[in-house]
Amino acid sequence: MITTSIPPLPVPKRARMPQHVLGLLTSWVLCTAGVTPALAQDVASFEKRTTVKVLPNGLTLLVIERPVSPVFSFYTRIDVGAVQEPVGQTGLAHMFEHMAFKGTDRIGTKDIVKERGLLDKVEKAYLAFDAERRKSYGRDEAKVKQLDEAWKKAIDDAEAVVKQNEFGELVDRAGGVGLNASTSWDRTDYYYSMPANRVELWAYLESERMKRPIMRQFYKERDVVNEERRMRTDSNPIGRMIEQMLATAYTAHPYGRPVVGWQSDIQSWSATDALKFWEQNYVPANMVVALVGDVKSAAVLPVMESYFGRLPKGQKPPAVRTEEPPQQVERTVVMQDKSQPIYVEGYHRPDYQHPDNAVYRVVSDLLSEGRTSRLYRALVRDQKLAAQAAGIASFPGEKYPSLFMFFAIPTPGHQAQALRTAIHHEIDRLKSELVTDDELRTVKTRAKVELLRGLSTNQGLARAFAEAQQLYGDWRQVFREVDQIERVTKEDVQRIAKTVFVPRNRTAAWIETTDAAGKGSK
Amino acid sequence: MPTISSRRPRGALVLSLGLLLGLGLPLQDAKAVPVQADWKKIKAPPLPTWNPQQPKQVQLDNGLLILLQPDPELPLIDFSVHLRGGAQDEPAGKLGLAGLYSATLRAGGTRGKTGDQIDEFLAARAADIEVGSTSDGVTLGANCHKADFDAVLGLIREILAEPEFRQDKLDLAKRQRMTAISRRNDEPGSIAGREAMKLALGPTHPLARHPEYATLAAVSREDLLAWHKQHLHPNQMMLGISGDFDAAQMETRLRAVFGALPKGPAYQAAQLAFHPTKPGVFFVSKDDVNQTNIQLVQLGIQRNSPDHHAVEVLNEILGGGFSARLFTNIRSRQSLAYSVRGGVGMNWEYPGIYRLSMSTKSESTVQAIQALYAEVNNLLTSLPPTDTELALAKEAILNSFIFRFENKSDTMDSQLQLLRHGYPVDYWEKFPAEIAKVTLADVKRVAQKYLNPTGFALLVVGNAQAFDKPLTTVGPVTNIDITIPPPPPSTAAQKK
Repeated sequence: MITTSIPPLPVPKRARMPQHVLGLLTSWVLCTAGVTPALAQDVASFEKRTTVKVLPNGLTLLVIERPVSPVFSFYTRIDVGAVQEPVGQTGLAHMFEHMAFKGTDRIGTKDIVKERGLLDKVEKAYLAFDAERRKSYGRDEAKVKQLDEAWKKAIDDAEAVVKQNEFGELVDRAGGVGLNASTSWDRTDYYYSMPANRVELWAYLESERMKRPIMRQFYKERDVVNEERRMRTDSNPIGRMIEQMLATAYTAHPYGRPVVGWQSDIQSWSATDALKFWEQNYVPANMVVALVGDVKSAAVLPVMESYFGRLPKGQKPPAVRTEEPPQQVERTVVMQDKSQPIYVEGYHRPDYQHPDNAVYRVVSDLLSEGRTSRLYRALVRDQKLAAQAAGIASFPGEKYPSLFMFFAIPTPGHQAQALRTAIHHEIDRLKSELVTDDELRTVKTRAKVELLRGLSTNQGLARAFAEAQQLYGDWRQVFREVDQIERVTKEDVQRIAKTVFVPRNRTAAWIETTDAAGKGSK
Repeated sequence: MPTISSRRPRGALVLSLGLLLGLGLPLQDAKAVPVQADWKKIKAPPLPTWNPQQPKQVQLDNGLLILLQPDPELPLIDFSVHLRGGAQDEPAGKLGLAGLYSATLRAGGTRGKTGDQIDEFLAARAADIEVGSTSDGVTLGANCHKADFDAVLGLIREILAEPEFRQDKLDLAKRQRMTAISRRNDEPGSIAGREAMKLALGPTHPLARHPEYATLAAVSREDLLAWHKQHLHPNQMMLGISGDFDAAQMETRLRAVFGALPKGPAYQAAQLAFHPTKPGVFFVSKDDVNQTNIQLVQLGIQRNSPDHHAVEVLNEILGGGFSARLFTNIRSRQSLAYSVRGGVGMNWEYPGIYRLSMSTKSESTVQAIQALYAEVNNLLTSLPPTDTELALAKEAILNSFIFRFENKSDTMDSQLQLLRHGYPVDYWEKFPAEIAKVTLADVKRVAQKYLNPTGFALLVVGNAQAFDKPLTTVGPVTNIDITIPPPPPSTAAQKK
């Protein structure tokens, strides 16, 4: 339950099986102009079945009617991510996301009064243990051990009143599917789908967990999150490398810190820290809740208003102040590892509000999308150096200045340096000659489809509309983005290449395979 | 105040109202819906009766089976061609043949168009034609705007009738697969999944074996042409089309395109033998990780088994979701894993794999193995399934059943699957009633029959130096060598 948008795994590009296809373009014109009228139709079709309501407490509700089958999906987007974490508490946004599955004071307990007392004891015991173990001098090891045991006993005692995973049980029992959540640097989201007759139960469950979280089994879940870190980062070569790469590319801004958290932080957060984080950040003004499916907004909005309207108003937390200073010199990370080589490089670029945002999308598509893309044709097809190569428009986030990331997976016998040279050659081509009209047209046609591809399902619509509403204050941005891409020129592409893809703005990272693992795998 | 679970009011009237509402008092607004403080009081209105639209089924004289599912929501058409024959049908010396065939069928171009020309043709229309393979089939899938459908259909016809399998695209497909081989030991999870299949079924079993450099190198363009000739017969094919079209018109067009294909021989499925898994403890050493991957595997069951509805319920109790035993006990209670799952797997035409899997820090490896065994043993002895668990599992399965038909294309895909595997077309229609009939005695009986704790092959992938106890604690250990066999010298140049 964490999303970090790490580049795809080093598996060769396989035939992409058609998912439930293209998108939402109700009148999608090929190879010619006409984008704007097409969009106007789309927007008009959604205007009729989309309702937005901002509640007095600041929470935004969206309902989109899509009567295809008697089900609905929702997507709750909290404008809170790992960038909000204080120093020493990396990973806490993600930890809180896990805690949102632990129930409330009414769900998951046999006796809340008794449980509060027991959890209080757990917390006091932990804080005492933590204070002692952190003493830099005069630490009494016997006392640490004794406090550790007392804390663990308190944890065991608190289990007696827990109704295990009752929150998940209620969702399962009602026929909910796809129960999950994810956390990134920019945001936290929660989602699942339910039969259409369960709207009120859903509204109850979703609002309750935002209103009355409880730090039940907090210290057990901390260990679970640590296992998640081991799986995604420590025991995974790409995970290891990306963590080092970001820590190098960012010297000041929190995009340089791992979403899952540094292990020492994971082993240190307290339930007190987590509640404080929740209190500061989980305010209704930070929340957009989108519901899509076989519902009537006239019927479900009042239900949603009543339940979500209960959340007390709170002050939106201050924005992150730290800005990444301009990079002055190329940085490199060479990871000697037993795994096979991978090459990555990133260039700092502005945030999503910048007028060039759409240009980066176009550059990414031009370089990466499909078998006609430049990196595929040059590195994979012609030079036979790579099994996969791509340029990602924005990583690790988009709310703050991020990176345009190139990555490539070499074929056997080739090292990362060969990919570096080949990628730079493609960058030089972008700088020295304008892309062709055909290429740009293809990219724009494709970009439209990619943009809208996720909108043909309830869950895809809920996600896209909630995101646009939160980032731009208007779900119509989903369609406007197509227009912005349409306006990108060949000169824009060249300008970005010349100004952004320059050595001193670059952080490169690669794996050099060490001899020990080379045996048999070369 | 670590355990206080409601936000502190900040003094405003709105806030205290909010708290009061939380206690179940009515809202001040007459129109507003009253808030229930207790979820048990929330009523679910009955779901309206709903009959998902069934696809139209057409069988041509040459044996070709076509399913048509009109769906005007979007001006798009989704088209798939399902061919028989997959990885399980490959000769042992040419493993990877089906994958190379599917990767080159469209990419290798046709007599009249190179693969690159096809790429450009499709890219200009933002249309896709891609081909993939599984153990028992190859599927060509396409999607496009309805305005482009004729052009795309023409191209599909051309690809199926006159594929060229040009050598440069075959070489490219080989390079990509050889890259995958070179990297297959980089991630512990993929090692565990791959090796566990070999333990469950036997190392040379058609569903467990995998390509090596040498078997990929041995595949020639002629092999792809021969494979195509062997499998491209209308009586071995199925088409599924969903999207914005008129069913009668579409049928006419498809008859015109595919009706003239001559009938070929019937598909001869490879006869797969399944023998009980050889129990034992197996270890793969991986010293650059701090987490151990654990898999317990043995044979599962086939979906046509009379026990399979009861097994569905048992699986839900054991590993079905957030409230299932594995998640609750191994993850939430014992904090031993982020990822833990399991169940008695079932396949349509042969037994699935009964698998329990998890990953845990190196220092709790043996503890975690014992915890997994304990879950199985408890179900069979001290903590048998309860009425409460039975009720929850059945409700979860029945209430979520509707998602199987969420979109019209899902309904068609379900139908295709039944036809392909020779199951009655009313299989899913009858499914809810069959689940509803499952009793606690049924679940206990199938648990005793299939959860056999002594039948497992246990696979452990990790860094033994850091284990809590030696692996021999759980039994005599057989080491598995996963060294990748180097490519034969003659192909060293080719993979460059």
